[in-house]
Amino acid sequence: MNTASRLPSPASTSPGGGVALRCDGLQRYLGVGEGRVHVLKGVSFEAKRGEVCAIVGPSGCGKSTLLYLLGLLDRPDGGTIAINGEPMSNDDDDARTAARGAHIGFVFQFHFLMLEFSALENVMMPMRKLGRLTSAEMEARARALLASVGLGEKTHRLGTQLSGGEQQRVAVARALANQPAIILADEPTGNLDAKNSGVVFDLLTRLAKENGQAVVLVTHNPEIAARCDLTRPMRDGVFV
Amino acid sequence: MSPNLRIAFRFLTAKKRAMLMSLSCTVLGVGLFIVTQATTSGFEKFFIKAILGADGAVRIEDKIQNTLRTVSAGNDFAVREKEGRKYIDGVEEPRLVIEGLREFPNVIGTSQVIRQNVLVSSAFKNRDSAQVYGINIDEHIKVSDLDQHVTSGSLDDFRQTLAGALVGRELADRLQLEIGESFLVDVRNSPPRRFRVCAIYETGVSDIDKVRVYIHMGEARSLLKKPFGVTFIQVALRDAARAQEEAAQMEETLGYSAKPWQRREKVWIGVFRALATSSGITVTVFTLIASLAMFNTLAMIVLEKTKDIAILRSMGYERRDVTQIFLWQAGIVLVIGAVLGSAFGAVGTWGVSKIPLELHGIIVTKTFQVAPAATHYVAAVATAVVMVMIASVIPARRAARLEPGDIVRGTAQ
Repeated sequence: MNTASRLPSPASTSPGGGVALRCDGLQRYLGVGEGRVHVLKGVSFEAKRGEVCAIVGPSGCGKSTLLYLLGLLDRPDGGTIAINGEPMSNDDDDARTAARGAHIGFVFQFHFLMLEFSALENVMMPMRKLGRLTSAEMEARARALLASVGLGEKTHRLGTQLSGGEQQRVAVARALANQPAIILADEPTGNLDAKNSGVVFDLLTRLAKENGQAVVLVTHNPEIAARCDLTRPMRDGVFV
Repeated sequence: MSPNLRIAFRFLTAKKRAMLMSLSCTVLGVGLFIVTQATTSGFEKFFIKAILGADGAVRIEDKIQNTLRTVSAGNDFAVREKEGRKYIDGVEEPRLVIEGLREFPNVIGTSQVIRQNVLVSSAFKNRDSAQVYGINIDEHIKVSDLDQHVTSGSLDDFRQTLAGALVGRELADRLQLEIGESFLVDVRNSPPRRFRVCAIYETGVSDIDKVRVYIHMGEARSLLKKPFGVTFIQVALRDAARAQEEAAQMEETLGYSAKPWQRREKVWIGVFRALATSSGITVTVFTLIASLAMFNTLAMIVLEKTKDIAILRSMGYERRDVTQIFLWQAGIVLVIGAVLGSAFGAVGTWGVSKIPLELHGIIVTKTFQVAPAATHYVAAVATAVVMVMIASVIPARRAARLEPGDIVRGTAQ
C-alpha cells in the first residue's frame, strides 16, 4: 500500500473536529525479565489543535514514555493512537515514519541538533525528507522560521557555535518546519535557564497557536505547566 | 544532492582521521592490486611474446598413425588390438603439408626446420651440447622475430655465408664466441664441420639462447644427413590466441601432430598464472584491511551518531534512509579510493617498469616487465567495491535497526 496515500492531512488542511491526536488505553512495559516494569497502565488522552497541554508528574511516572508513544517513536503493548482520526499505532514502520515526518514535530530536552549542520540546514532537514517544497522554498521557509525564533542573523552558524538557548530555538523552528498538526516537546526548557525557558516556551506556544497546532509538552517546571491551556498530572503510569 | 548523500558526506567529513585511514587503505589496496597484476602479467606476456617470436604459434611435427582397432568378426569373435595413436617422427612431405596449411585463413607464414642435438666446440670450450636448427632464413623470419632478436652481427652476412651461423647469446658467451669467429659442430657418425658466427641473437628466453644455433637448411641437410623431410614446420598465426583451436583443426585435416604454443609452454604458463593468482590473493589482503578500516570507521560513526539517527527518524527518515546514509559513506570512500588508487596504480606501474632488474632465468630482461591492462583496474576496483560494501552493510544495518524511542530514552543497545 502506498504510504503517502494513507497519511492524515497536515495541520493546515485537516478536517474539523479539533482533535489532532488521540490515544485510548495505552499500555507499555519496559525492560525484560525481572526488570520488566509496567510503565503505562491504560492511558487515554487527546490533544486539540491550538491547545497547549502539559503532562506533569514525578520522574519515572511514564510521561516521556507516553510522549514517545504519541510521537510514534515507540510501539505500545496495548491501546490505540490516532492522528487526525486515523489509527496509526499498529501500522508498519514506514507508515509510522511517514506520519511522523508529515504530522509530528519534536522538541527534545537536549536540543538534539545535528551539530555538523548549520541552523538553516537543521531546519531544512525535515523539509528535504518530506519533499513538498522546492529547494528555494525550503530555504525561504527555514529562514522565516529562524527569524521568527530570533535567529535570523545566525542561520549559517553550526550547532556547535550556538548557545543552549539558541540551539533549543533552532529545535523549535525545526519542529515547525513541515507545519505538523502536533508538536511534542519533552522537557523543552529542562536544560535552559529561566530567561531562555520563558523565551522558548513563548515561541513554541505562540507559533503553535498561530498555526493551529496541538502542543503536548512534558515538563517538571510548574511555572511552565501553569501557563499551558491544560495540565494533565501523571503518577505511576496513569493520569490522576 | 540527495538529503541522504548530503548527510553521509557531513558525517564522514566530521570523522576526518578515521575517514582518511579508510581512504588510504582503499587507495593502497586498489593501487597495489593494479601494480602487482601489471607486473605478474608483464612477465607472463614478455615470456609469451618471446616464445611466439622464437618458436611461432603452432608447430607441425610427427605424422599421426592410428593403430589397428578391434575388429568384430561376428559370433562373438573379434580381433582385439590396443586402440590408440602412433607418432612417426618428422614431416616427410613438408611441401604438401604447407599447401594444406595455406588453406587456413589464420596462417600467415610457415617455415621448415631441421633440428638435431649436436656438440659444439670453440677455442675455449670443447664439446658443449647445443641444438642445430636448419632453416631458410627468409622463410623463418616470417614466422619468428629472429631478425629483431639479433643483438650483434647481421642477417645479411648470414644470408651470404654458406657456413654461417646464428648463435644464441648465452651459448656464445659460454663458448666465448664473437662475430666472425668460428666453431665446430660435431654430429655422431660424421666428421666435425666448422661454422662462422655471423650474428648473435637474444630471444629473452634462456632455454633458447643457451643452446640454439641456426644454420642454413642446405648445410643442415648435409651435416645431419637428412636429404628429405623436416623435423617440424613452424607456423605463424594472425591471431596467436586462437592457436589451440587452429592446431586441433590442423591435426584433423593434415594428419600431423600440431602443437599450439599454449600446450608447448603449458608448464611455464601455469607457473605464471599461479604467480598472478598468488599475488592477487596477497594484495586482496590489503583490500581486506581497507574493508576492515571502513567497517571500523562506520561502526564508530554509528556509535557516535545514535542521537542523530534518532533525530533523523523522528523527522520522518526511514530505516532505509539510515542504511543509505551509511552505505553512501562507504560509497564516497570507495569512489575517492578507486580514483586515487587507480592513479596510484598507474604511477606505481610506470615506476616499477623503470626499476632495473637483471634477470637470467627462464627469461632474460634488464628491467621489470609490466603489462598494464584495463581489466586489472576493473578487477581492483571490483574487489574493493565487494569487500568494502560487505564490510559496510553490517554497521549500516545496525544503524537502521536502532529504535528512535530507545535512543531518546537512552536504552538503545
